[in-house]
Amino acid sequence: MYETNYHRPRDLAEAESLFAAAAEGRYLAGGMTLLPTMKQRLAAPSDLVDLGRLLELKGIAVTADTVTLGAAVTHAEVATSAEIRAAFPALAALAGQIGDPHVRHRGTIGGSLANDDPAADYPAAVLALDATILTTRRTLAAADFFQGLFTTALEEGEILVSVAFPIPARAAYAKFPNPASRYAMAGVFVAQLDSGEARVGVTGAGQDGVYRDVAFEAALTARFDPAALDDIAVDAEGMLSDLHGSAAYRANLVKVMAKRAVAGAG
Amino acid sequence: MTNISVTVNGTERRAEVEGRTLLVSLLRETFGLTGTHVGCDTSQCGACVVHVDGKAIKSCTMLAAQADGSTVLTIEGLAQDGVLHPVQAAFHEHHGLQCGFCTPGMIMAAVDMIERHEAQLDEATIRHELEGNICRCTGYHNIVRAIQAAADHMAGLRHAAE
Repeated sequence: MYETNYHRPRDLAEAESLFAAAAEGRYLAGGMTLLPTMKQRLAAPSDLVDLGRLLELKGIAVTADTVTLGAAVTHAEVATSAEIRAAFPALAALAGQIGDPHVRHRGTIGGSLANDDPAADYPAAVLALDATILTTRRTLAAADFFQGLFTTALEEGEILVSVAFPIPARAAYAKFPNPASRYAMAGVFVAQLDSGEARVGVTGAGQDGVYRDVAFEAALTARFDPAALDDIAVDAEGMLSDLHGSAAYRANLVKVMAKRAVAGAG
Repeated sequence: MTNISVTVNGTERRAEVEGRTLLVSLLRETFGLTGTHVGCDTSQCGACVVHVDGKAIKSCTMLAAQADGSTVLTIEGLAQDGVLHPVQAAFHEHHGLQCGFCTPGMIMAAVDMIERHEAQLDEATIRHELEGNICRCTGYHNIVRAIQAAADHMAGLRHAAE
């Protein structure tokens, strides 16, 4: 790792001013992606501004229709929250599938979303439910937040503060993890809203990162049943193709995971 | 350089670290606590697992400066007054190791796992919970047996204490 200046701000305002003063600053949350990237010398920020302990980014709030997570809430905190497990069990289950127990103790939802890895788990749920993302500067709909591989609407210096999920009537996340890395080779979050509308977010598979499968959504809105997807082909065009799996393989996985998620939605 | 203070195995320690210094480097090279191992150095293998503020983390993927003000427990801090921790004793009894390189991380992960599950563990849960720890000797069977035995023993201790 190249040398870097570490800063631990007391609040969001100090974090933003430290970032603005840095030659090449980066925000550090759990560090589960940024630190390995720096160790490989693929990133070399002059300054790291640690957001991990900011109280303004902590906290889980559950109301009758919304789960709001502070950006620095860890995957382990979401997975084990009794309130979330009762109100929105699919979200807790998704968080419990990220990485491994030690990674879940450090990794945060804000870090995951700001990084926007095409194989990260959270984006599937955030996009499917069009969650509301609050930053230090504005409020963004998830549909406007994700902008391709490792690219979001966040501006230079802007900090993701919290994410608010509308609680669906039922939902589930099904993931086929890469056996070595545990990242999703295809991860599908399926939800049925109170209105009956179905939503399907797909991660790990698309060339442009997370996306919603509108054909699946239409079929599942008509009939929320795995068999409703039987006759819908997933186009391999636009799927990632790499040493882990071809585009056709991923297209098949997306359908299999979608059906599993529908079957598992509680 | 940053001045930090961490409580390691019950003793407050101070150090001056670079921004890029990893927690595992601080433990091994500055404090001489070489029981914590570096296996892959890429957050995969879990040989470097220690507890920070009571939670198992990969110390090769945390900066020393991030641990400022925290309480750290390493493999050296488990035994008390020369008596092995129940998980260490179980690894010994059930031969939960082959070359031994992954053992410190396995034991620290096992202690965390048993605490989080309040000592109620079955084999499937233990195997699933070990996904962040790799034994390149593939000696998993006895590791799982050792953790099961330790969990059962610690459940008995909890029961006896009630």
